Amino acid sequence: MYRTKFADHLVLIIGALFLIVPVIVAFMTSMHTAAEIHRTGLTLMPGDHFAETYTKVLTQQGGFTGQITGARMVLNSLILGLGFATGKIILSMLAAYAIVYFRFRFATLAFWIIFTTLLLPLEVRIMPSYEVMTKLHLTNTYTGLIVPLLASATGTFYFRQFFKSVPEELLEAARIDGAGPIKFFIDILVPLSKTMIAAIFIIMFVYGWNQYLWPMLMTTDESFFTLMRGIKQILQVWVGSQIPDYNEAFALAVLAILPPVLIVVVFQSWFIKGLTESDK
Amino acid sequence: MATIDISQVSKIYADDVRAVHSVDISIKDGEFIVLVGPSGCGKSTLLRMVAGLETISEGTVKIGDRVVNDVDPAERDIAMVFQNYALYPHMTVYQNLAYGLKNRGTPKAEIEERVAEAARMLELQPYLDRKPRALSGGQRQRVAMGRATVRKPAVFLFDEPLSNLDAKLRVTMRGEIKRLQRRLNTTSIYVTHDQLEAMTLADRLVVLNGGKIEQIGAPLEVYHAPASTFVASFIGSPAMNLVRGDLHGDKLAIGPATLSLNGFAPASGAVTVGLRAEDLRPALPGEDVLPLKVDYVEELGAQRLVHGQVGDQPMTAALGPEILLSETMLLAIEPNRLHFFATDTGKRIGEASPRSFAKLPPLVAPVVMPTA
Repeated sequence: MYRTKFADHLVLIIGALFLIVPVIVAFMTSMHTAAEIHRTGLTLMPGDHFAETYTKVLTQQGGFTGQITGARMVLNSLILGLGFATGKIILSMLAAYAIVYFRFRFATLAFWIIFTTLLLPLEVRIMPSYEVMTKLHLTNTYTGLIVPLLASATGTFYFRQFFKSVPEELLEAARIDGAGPIKFFIDILVPLSKTMIAAIFIIMFVYGWNQYLWPMLMTTDESFFTLMRGIKQILQVWVGSQIPDYNEAFALAVLAILPPVLIVVVFQSWFIKGLTESDK
Repeated sequence: MATIDISQVSKIYADDVRAVHSVDISIKDGEFIVLVGPSGCGKSTLLRMVAGLETISEGTVKIGDRVVNDVDPAERDIAMVFQNYALYPHMTVYQNLAYGLKNRGTPKAEIEERVAEAARMLELQPYLDRKPRALSGGQRQRVAMGRATVRKPAVFLFDEPLSNLDAKLRVTMRGEIKRLQRRLNTTSIYVTHDQLEAMTLADRLVVLNGGKIEQIGAPLEVYHAPASTFVASFIGSPAMNLVRGDLHGDKLAIGPATLSLNGFAPASGAVTVGLRAEDLRPALPGEDVLPLKVDYVEELGAQRLVHGQVGDQPMTAALGPEILLSETMLLAIEPNRLHFFATDTGKRIGEASPRSFAKLPPLVAPVVMPTA
């Protein structure tokens, strides 16, 4: 058997530090005042303004109109992330179900068309999508923020692959047991896909959480601001001799990391199973 | 309880590939029918057409008095046991058994009662709360059978249900299936490629080859009077020896040997001769002999299989372990134990004389012949 040696641990420790140190620096720095940060730069030492900065970020109204608080931004981001994740999962599961289990004449063609859109990033179709949403008067709404991005080639592809690995006999047994298409989907396929759903949920949640360009286009009303925009906003106020609120930017950034981390920690065992286990 | 009438059923796939050719089988109520044949012979396709999982291209399938060609599998009053069990992996054993009943809107109390009954019959009570993954192969198989029995269907369909089990368990489960079917007296169709399973389970065997029926009959009938060389070589282990022979009047020439037939010759000219390995025995002095040049011997304990050549044709004899071996064994066979097949079609020539399996010839004391 291979025995782990000191060098192995060293590599692991260096790798872990490489990834974690920037986060620690951001967290520590966020505990100092803006002026201090401006003077001394980033720091690894904790400061004594933790409560102050974070309370301010979460509750103080900011922005041009003074209507948006950090908590509101967190809420918006959550709505976006959760909306994305659940919407995408429902849509792509149904699409994959149709492609795999129903004998449509052009099912394969449809699948390949969906599959090729994997190659196109959101940015390619962002203008037409924006145009459509404007015409539908859906700018500055959650619907407008979420719906246009729901169609997911990635999700459809993953679910298709998963459904294909479900043994045919299961479908046949269910048919003999008197389960129709809807029953089979709800009673058999959805429970079997649990780990897959968890994996896609994490990926899609983080994707939605991190959206920046699309919310910026779709919303002008500050009450729809997400965390990602909020961070940007803070650093944009370099007017006159005012020092940018670095501390607040860092605090928001740290806050922005938390929900995705939480979700990954909670779902991680399912997540890994979903991506590695091919059997049910 | 139902009869099944399969008449002129064919399966034609795209580009005219015929998987099943105009098959006729009529199955009596409570009968256990085994479809047997090599892989790709269409036996599973036929079963799946009865189940409703494949469309029927031609012909009709009747279950009871109802033509079921266009009836949904769930409505056919059948239950099926699959090779890989096809248990729902996320459901407990109880839920697996109850699922079909639940979908049919059976009252809860009745579901509980029926599941309990099936579980008792199959000794599954301790496992009702387990998921299939926590069960052994044999237990899973029993759950699959339980799922079939709770619904009390008119017909059981088995699609190679034992091929995923190890040899020992297979024998046990074979017994259980037979017992269960006897007890419930439900009409059953069972598909297998294992001729031993087919012989032991069937009331009647249907031997399929290339999508066509080669022979239908009781296991012993098929064993003792195979209708073709295909059946002869497929049923029975070791496979029947099939050699070229020539009939001249009452004499049969096989390679260097000539045997007198005592009036059993059904034809004349070139024929394929079938000899069961267990019908060969050491020749008595003065008898016509088949000289077998021994290549190698397989010991099975109760008997030994002696493989060798008669002339240039391979032959296997099953001999008792007490018989001394020599380089060339002089063997004999009762003429009424010979099978004759046409060389071109492979079809049997002449009816099997009924006594060939009704009454066995007297045992002959083994005599060891000196080597020639």
